[in-house]
Amino acid sequence: MNLRALGADLRAGATTSRALTLRALDAAEATTTGAFLTVDREGALAAADVADAGLAQGADHGPLHGVPVAVKDNLCTEGLQTTCGSRFLEGWIAPYDATVVAKLRAAGAVVVGKTNMDEFAMGSSNENSAYGPVRHPVDPTRVPGGSSGGSAVAVASGIVPLALGSDTGGSVRQPAALCGVVGLRPTYGRVSRSGLIAFASSLDQVGPVASDVAGAAALYDVIAGPDPLDSTASERPPAHALEAALAPGTEPLRVGLPTQYLDGLTSEARSVLDAALAVPGFEVVPVDLPHTEYAVATYYVLASAEASSNLARFDGIRYGNRVQAEGASLQDVYLDSRTAGFGPEVQRRIMLGTFALSAGFFEAYFGKADRARRAIAADFTAAFEDVDLIASLTSPTTAFPLGARTADPLAMYLSDIFTIPSALAGLPSISVPVGEDDAGLPWGLQLTAPAFAEAPLFAAAARVEASR
Amino acid sequence: MTWEAVIGLEIHAQLKTASKMFCGCATTYGAEPNRQTCPVCLGLPGSLPAVNRRAVELAATLGLAVGADVHRRSVFARKNYFYPDLPKGYQISQSEHPLCTGGAVSIATDAGAKDVRLERIHLEEDAGKSSHAAGGSLVDLNRAGTPLVEIVSRPDMRSPDEAIAYMKAVHGLVRWLGVSDGNMEEGSLRCDANVSVRRPGEPFGVRTELKNINSFRYVGQAIRYEMKRQIAALEAGEVLRQETRTWDPPSGTSVFLRTKETSEDYRYFPEPDLPPLRLDDALLDAVEAALPELPGARADRLVDDLGLPPYDAGVLTADRALADWFEACVTGLQGPDREARAKLLSNWTMGEVLRRLKEDGIEPADLPLDVAGLVRLVDLVHGKAISHPIAKQVFDVLWTEGGDPEAIVDARGWRQVSDAGPIDDAVRAVIADHPAELERYLGGKKKLFGFFMGRTMGRLEGKANPKVVTERLRAALSDLES
Repeated sequence: MNLRALGADLRAGATTSRALTLRALDAAEATTTGAFLTVDREGALAAADVADAGLAQGADHGPLHGVPVAVKDNLCTEGLQTTCGSRFLEGWIAPYDATVVAKLRAAGAVVVGKTNMDEFAMGSSNENSAYGPVRHPVDPTRVPGGSSGGSAVAVASGIVPLALGSDTGGSVRQPAALCGVVGLRPTYGRVSRSGLIAFASSLDQVGPVASDVAGAAALYDVIAGPDPLDSTASERPPAHALEAALAPGTEPLRVGLPTQYLDGLTSEARSVLDAALAVPGFEVVPVDLPHTEYAVATYYVLASAEASSNLARFDGIRYGNRVQAEGASLQDVYLDSRTAGFGPEVQRRIMLGTFALSAGFFEAYFGKADRARRAIAADFTAAFEDVDLIASLTSPTTAFPLGARTADPLAMYLSDIFTIPSALAGLPSISVPVGEDDAGLPWGLQLTAPAFAEAPLFAAAARVEASR
Repeated sequence: MTWEAVIGLEIHAQLKTASKMFCGCATTYGAEPNRQTCPVCLGLPGSLPAVNRRAVELAATLGLAVGADVHRRSVFARKNYFYPDLPKGYQISQSEHPLCTGGAVSIATDAGAKDVRLERIHLEEDAGKSSHAAGGSLVDLNRAGTPLVEIVSRPDMRSPDEAIAYMKAVHGLVRWLGVSDGNMEEGSLRCDANVSVRRPGEPFGVRTELKNINSFRYVGQAIRYEMKRQIAALEAGEVLRQETRTWDPPSGTSVFLRTKETSEDYRYFPEPDLPPLRLDDALLDAVEAALPELPGARADRLVDDLGLPPYDAGVLTADRALADWFEACVTGLQGPDREARAKLLSNWTMGEVLRRLKEDGIEPADLPLDVAGLVRLVDLVHGKAISHPIAKQVFDVLWTEGGDPEAIVDARGWRQVSDAGPIDDAVRAVIADHPAELERYLGGKKKLFGFFMGRTMGRLEGKANPKVVTERLRAALSDLES
């Protein structure tokens, strides 16, 4: 199901937004993957009718007009439950729309529901959701990746052509790769974070998930841009990505393959990578990202430190889960509410982050990680003096079985080994499907571009897609 | 051997902005609880802060006024702690890289003027307000997110009086600059005091942090109490521990809160939701251009230009609205004897004007008295057209009804009588009416001169020139003695 075909059908009168929306709602309710946490039949149909009426009157809001989309459940939606995959926020209804959701609505898109995710976006397998795991659309015994697993599966299983995810260390790209769809992590500051429930503020970015590159580009065009509500959103106007994706050109591109990323790749993975980069006009050259080995540790210190502070507001006092035993002290209310409301991975990261910020350890952990982050960013800057893009697999493996890594957090964290470095550097990276393994499980290729070079990144991704 | 206090103050002043530090909610005092709130100041999931530019301008204004370095780049940081009236579980403040460092505030001491040096001035947001009752606790988040500056002094004060003088100077300055309304009853200005004692010349002692001081009176009381407590302990041979105490006004004592060892670890780190705060040339130039003449400079000018005593200049520049009003009066002083008339204006302002303001509970900014009116009144007094008691009556008319002093005087027949004729008539009549008093006076009871003086002035309805009356009365009585 791709966006352009839907758009053409809508405008030719071959279908209506209501029909597309009904089909998406039915599929979202029927799916056994666990991809959706909330389906908004009433709201979606009302929006679809408005979209149909608009088209009939010639008020066309562009490529997303009348198109059903799914939204990750860490993005606030006015009047519709937002849980962030956590018991803590069960039943919480935001009084406002996230900026990206407001932009979707303004572009005529129809929000059909909220997608499952790892609790507070902490996870790489979608097994950390308080509402049960999401299952892989090809093999239900396997994970879809995470934390935007619900959004990736919603698109991969054809429920919706487009979905919004969020990416902190790989949470859009890794599930997109594992599910065989396109996912972009934009440049840090390219998309507003207002209304995105924060995990790690200096890393979080909202990104599009789509069944093809052009769909992802169209969704990106709608959500990118400045926002007075987010001081970290860049004020520079974004370049048009859909145009770039539809007319990607053929000019030669130098594509860097970081030597540090190749160690430990299986021969199968290596041949997938080589085949994926056999694109007319791509010249593949080795590049050096010398601080790569520090990336995962750096990420877990910084992201957990920020998370420990970002999640302090969930104290049971003003909203969300409150556990108050008879005669409980204030301290008891905090402890009991947070212990009952947060799952084990969230608690682990809050403790890790609190420790990394505590007096006497700040320099050794947060301070050192902050310097490592700058060294990693400098690696990319140096590499981009020589190449146009940097390529790798998105994930070192295809989808792994449910439960395979839950007992070993470190093995789980290494799922994001290729996606974390560009997140630390704040750079745009896209994952494009590049074939399947013997079991039919998808592989994804990751391309990373310099900051704010999303348009050329989409163009290159379109060339990878076209050469398959 | 005596003890000496070492005192540093951390003053929190609420910035005079229409909206909060990081959102558009109003900062009006006294609204219905939790009505001036939005997702940002309620700390709802997904909300993000955006810096109030006006708050930055006001803090920079204060920085320039105290001669601090106002940094082009400063960094917001999170101060993490749990409390029900702190909606995000952290306060956005500034830590390692504050907006301003250095600078000083001048205070008057018995030994003359003294500079209290400043460590830093930084921007932060206020917390909400908790009230505790028997049935539980209530939280009002109207105040949450209100912009504050924290003004941190160096430990330069050596007595409670110096601390009071410093707090008053800061209070006067932020009001003068329009940076804060300084309303202490509403909590717009409050302070924490760091207090230690030592023998003069010795190194600093172990300090106590006193919290919750919200008046000039309490700053003196709290420091005096703390000095006594520390001195008693030291003289008893005890070793002090670094601790935090809170001032409890009803009991006039401080209450132990925590020691340094058990103090909260605030886990400061740079606020990732806000990029470093950058002040561009345009902002700094605009702030500098808008910086008003400072009270010290204004006072110097009153002394230099008008020959006013420094005491007068200090009183007249304690409040900017009053100073501006006085300045406007001075501009109206034309013609000869400018300095003498300026001194008269100063006397009237420091005396009657301040008295009436206080009696009527009016702020200097709302002074009802017409500038030209007081100038004309002073001219009449200076030209001896009216007597001092009459002038006070004219002042009261001007204050309540306004109008032209000369017209008031003429309409009421209050012009001063200096002609010998009518005065001599009155003197003769008074002497004739009081033969018994006259006899005692002539018999040596010279104090009775005042009695005759008063009766004569009364007979002339207070309009007579007292100097002429004195002369004529003295002459008449000495005629009778010879």
